[in-house]
Amino acid sequence: MSRLIVYYAHPGHKHSHVNRVMARMAAGANEITYVDLYREYPRFEIDVKVEQQRLLAHDVILFQFPLFWYSTPSIIKEWQDLVLEHGFAYGANGKELAGKRLMLAVTAAAPAEAYTHQGFQHYPIRTFLTPLEQTASLCNMRFPAPYVLYSSLGSPASGLVETHVAAYRQLLEAIRDDRYDFDAAEKMDIVDFDTLPMKTEA
Amino acid sequence: MDSFLLLAFLFLIAGVIAVPIASRLGLGSVLGYLLAGIAISPILHQLHVDIVSIQHFAEFGVVMMLFLVGLELEPRMLWSMRHKLVGLGGLQVTLTAGAIMGIAMLLGHPWSVALAVGLVLSLSSTAIVLQTLNEKGLMKSDGGQSSFSVLLFQDIAVIPMLAFIPLLALPEIADLAVQATDAGTSDHGTLSLVDRLNDWQSALVTAAAIGLVVVGGNYLTRPVFRFIAMARLRELFTAFALLLVIGIALLMTVVGLSPALGTFLAGVVLANSEYRHELESDIAPFKGLLLGLFFITVGAAIRFDLLFENLGSVVAMTAGLIGLKAAVLYVLSRVFGISGSDRWLFTLGLAQAGEFGFVLLSFTVASSVIPRAFADQLMLVVTLSMLLTPLLFIVYDKIIAPRFTETQAEESDEIDEQGSVIVAGHGRFGGIVNLMLLSAGFKTVVLDYQSEQLERLRAYGVKAYFGDAMRPDLLHAAGIEDAKLMVIAIDERERATELVRYVAENHPQVYIVVRAMDRHHVYELWNAGARDIIRETFDSSLRAGRSALEALGIHPYDAERQVRGFMVNDRKHMYELAALFDPDVPSHENAEFVAETKKFLKRYEQAMQGNSAAFGSRLDRGWMPPTLDDVEAEQK
Repeated sequence: MSRLIVYYAHPGHKHSHVNRVMARMAAGANEITYVDLYREYPRFEIDVKVEQQRLLAHDVILFQFPLFWYSTPSIIKEWQDLVLEHGFAYGANGKELAGKRLMLAVTAAAPAEAYTHQGFQHYPIRTFLTPLEQTASLCNMRFPAPYVLYSSLGSPASGLVETHVAAYRQLLEAIRDDRYDFDAAEKMDIVDFDTLPMKTEA
Repeated sequence: MDSFLLLAFLFLIAGVIAVPIASRLGLGSVLGYLLAGIAISPILHQLHVDIVSIQHFAEFGVVMMLFLVGLELEPRMLWSMRHKLVGLGGLQVTLTAGAIMGIAMLLGHPWSVALAVGLVLSLSSTAIVLQTLNEKGLMKSDGGQSSFSVLLFQDIAVIPMLAFIPLLALPEIADLAVQATDAGTSDHGTLSLVDRLNDWQSALVTAAAIGLVVVGGNYLTRPVFRFIAMARLRELFTAFALLLVIGIALLMTVVGLSPALGTFLAGVVLANSEYRHELESDIAPFKGLLLGLFFITVGAAIRFDLLFENLGSVVAMTAGLIGLKAAVLYVLSRVFGISGSDRWLFTLGLAQAGEFGFVLLSFTVASSVIPRAFADQLMLVVTLSMLLTPLLFIVYDKIIAPRFTETQAEESDEIDEQGSVIVAGHGRFGGIVNLMLLSAGFKTVVLDYQSEQLERLRAYGVKAYFGDAMRPDLLHAAGIEDAKLMVIAIDERERATELVRYVAENHPQVYIVVRAMDRHHVYELWNAGARDIIRETFDSSLRAGRSALEALGIHPYDAERQVRGFMVNDRKHMYELAALFDPDVPSHENAEFVAETKKFLKRYEQAMQGNSAAFGSRLDRGWMPPTLDDVEAEQK
């Protein structure tokens, strides 16, 4: 059994189509810690001590957010700046997070084709996520493939929301129950509702 | 009574006319008073006024001045000045007295006369120098502090001199003096505790008196002030302040010490007290008037008949005296490492003879040490040298200081001393502001007139002073001229408005943060010149509103943004209304004001009916997702 914490961040929570549903599911899941960063810190007064304790108490740290301007909503950046202190998360004596996993669950408005060199976003989505990947690397954390939903804006119409959320539940529960194949996931570019790598039953 | 009023009228009108003119011409107030004195001296002679006795009375201004100087000087600072005080002051007096004595002996005077003259002329004028230094804001400079050290030492040295001078009595004039003394020596009739005691007893009494001042100042003033505060009458504080200074001066006279020294000591003892600024502003006007009177009498006492008879010798002696004293001071300033413009301030500032010279001269005549005719001439020399002092300060100001300012300006850039903050009103509101400022490392001066509150604060090391912030003199004492910021948090709304108006008009460099009681008060304060106005319950209402929204199930971050939007809109609107507000027109008769208010109410109405764009809220602008069309448009 792995200890999983889901950090949810969406400043326009009430306008959300997908993330809100995902978050409601995650909040209700058993034995998974769920934190709504904007709810807990509406004035951005992040409690560093509490957050570091949370990190120490979990094996998998998952950030769930919509992609804003090719990056995270601002509170996650604030959280990184404050919580991932030198001497705690990195540096010669900062080994507290070593061996843990940093995972992302991201929704992107544009379709998958846009995130290619030919598409209008010009870069693959992993390129935009490299700051987080390198953050994990500096903290000696592992960085499995992010769980991505493209075309999130069109998902209510296409009926993909339900599919995406159902797979999200599988993903979270598999991580919790040690059924998620992280080794396979680390070799993948991204994972989606169709491609979740699960450990074969022994 | 009539003659008293006439005299008062004469002195006042001379001062009121001459001093502003002198200040305007850049000559300084001291020279103005001196010239005023010269101007009215013929009238005073006509009226047969006893100028010398008025001068003795006015010398009390010096005593008050030293009390005020003491208030500025904490015991710790005085202790750190001890080397300068004894070294610089002691050497100045002995070297100057020795040099003058030598020259006088060369001129053929007997050694005893020469020594007495040396002692008399070694002193400088505390009144002129301190007044001028204060006026020019040079008191805190190195030159100012060194000058003060020397002056203080001189004031102390007067006492042993008074004891020593009778020993120099010349037998040949002593006989003459027996007949002459009946006129000039009223001093012998004064009250004294120590006259009939032997040495150790009188030493004991003296020590007890000093002890009384120190202990009383530390432990008695506070309960007495609290007692007086009960009456809630301003003038009682003034009365008590005067009583304090006069009482100490009397006590010191009775035990044979210098009253100036005694009050100075009392000032130092009270420098840490919360009543310091109150005492300062109570005594300062009396000090100013008495010193002014003193300078006028110096001017009026010049005996022009005598001056013109001995013009050559008096002028030569004055020039020689100033030159000699300046030379000694210059040498000392080199030895003690006083450099730059400070050296010249010190050298030129102290080069005159002083008011104690008058006292000592009449004493030497009475004690048959110096022949009367010679003493009269010396009297003129002392007066002339004092008259020339303001001119020497002008030389310093116009010629010497400008040469050094360029080099010094660059150095002082880096020091950049923190401007002080005045917090008026230390209640529930001002108290928190003050605490925040202190915790951020800023120095604040707190003014409040609830003494119980202040004592509690002092116990925690807060610099709090008793007094009414409405009084310009108290604001001055609290350092409003150098203040960067003033926080106004007094409870009475009209007085807060008045205070804002006063500070905004007279000290525009001071940034004002003021508490408003309500919306209407905001308009009044805006009109009075405040631009940073904090409504006392506004922020707490906003927080209460936010709590209410959260309790109703609104996401805390949305509630936070709702509140921020509300605040921005409300403030914008309030400042719009403040600009339209006119204190002379009741707001309901102010057409523009009413129209704008109606517009605002209308928007509220719309908002109530569910039109969330009524306030142009920022709430729904950020983080609205794009539409599918946007995404498709990108792809084309």
